[in-house]
Amino acid sequence: MSLVRLLFYVMSFIAVSSALYAALSKNLVRSIFIFFVTLFALAGLYVLALADFVAVTQVVIYVGGILVLILFAFMLSGRETLNVIQQQKGKFINMAKVPAVILAVLFLAVIVNIILKADADNLPWIKQSIAQKNEIVPTTLMTENIGINLMTTYLLPFEAISVLLLMALVGAAHLSRKEGRA
Amino acid sequence: MITLTDFLLVGALLFCTGMYMIVSKRNSIQVLIGIELMLNAAILNLVAFGKYDKLNNGGQVFALFAIVLAAATTAVALAIILNVYRRYKTIDPDEIKNLRD
Repeated sequence: MSLVRLLFYVMSFIAVSSALYAALSKNLVRSIFIFFVTLFALAGLYVLALADFVAVTQVVIYVGGILVLILFAFMLSGRETLNVIQQQKGKFINMAKVPAVILAVLFLAVIVNIILKADADNLPWIKQSIAQKNEIVPTTLMTENIGINLMTTYLLPFEAISVLLLMALVGAAHLSRKEGRA
Repeated sequence: MITLTDFLLVGALLFCTGMYMIVSKRNSIQVLIGIELMLNAAILNLVAFGKYDKLNNGGQVFALFAIVLAAATTAVALAIILNVYRRYKTIDPDEIKNLRD
């Protein structure tokens, strides 16, 4: 087994197990902090998929921005948030969660079945891409190419997303201001 | 060598975990974490397929766009959650059943 494959297994194990812990934990704070670990492990998986720029963006935006935002919202919403969690303590198997478990497991079964049937490694366009040497290999530097593509091929979505970010910023500021003053 | 199917399976597991969180959790912030997990699973798939597109970088560029969109979504969703908390004094999605009047 090569080192890359071993790293892939370690990273995906950390990602999936910490996501499961975040899902099953009854403590909200613990669930938020273990989500940090999931995001870091996913950044590692992006590196293994040879997308280092996306991995760095993931660390900067998700870990640096979104999680701090979630922690802020948690701290601003106060003690009532925790009361909800304390009520559902007690029984080990909560009957209210059974439908959710069934839904998730069945969906997982369907999606795994589809993935195995689709056989993504033998798709025609992927074979063609490998044959034409259009595949990213570990020695290529992709960041420069991403920058060029962002400013040429994908300029329109880039501008659209910048306008959308401005709108989200203004909207979030408008929603979270104090009531009373029109 | 890591095959494409490996990445897709990890993405499927993360997606189903996120879906479980969205359906079962009784706290809006944990529902939001579930949504983030599902988005991350989608981004993982984009990145995994983007490996086979060196010239145009379609997968990686749209993974970047998806990350930025997730940031915008989270900001607005958290502002809404704060507003809901101010009005109802709870953020349990089951308890919020009334309109403004």
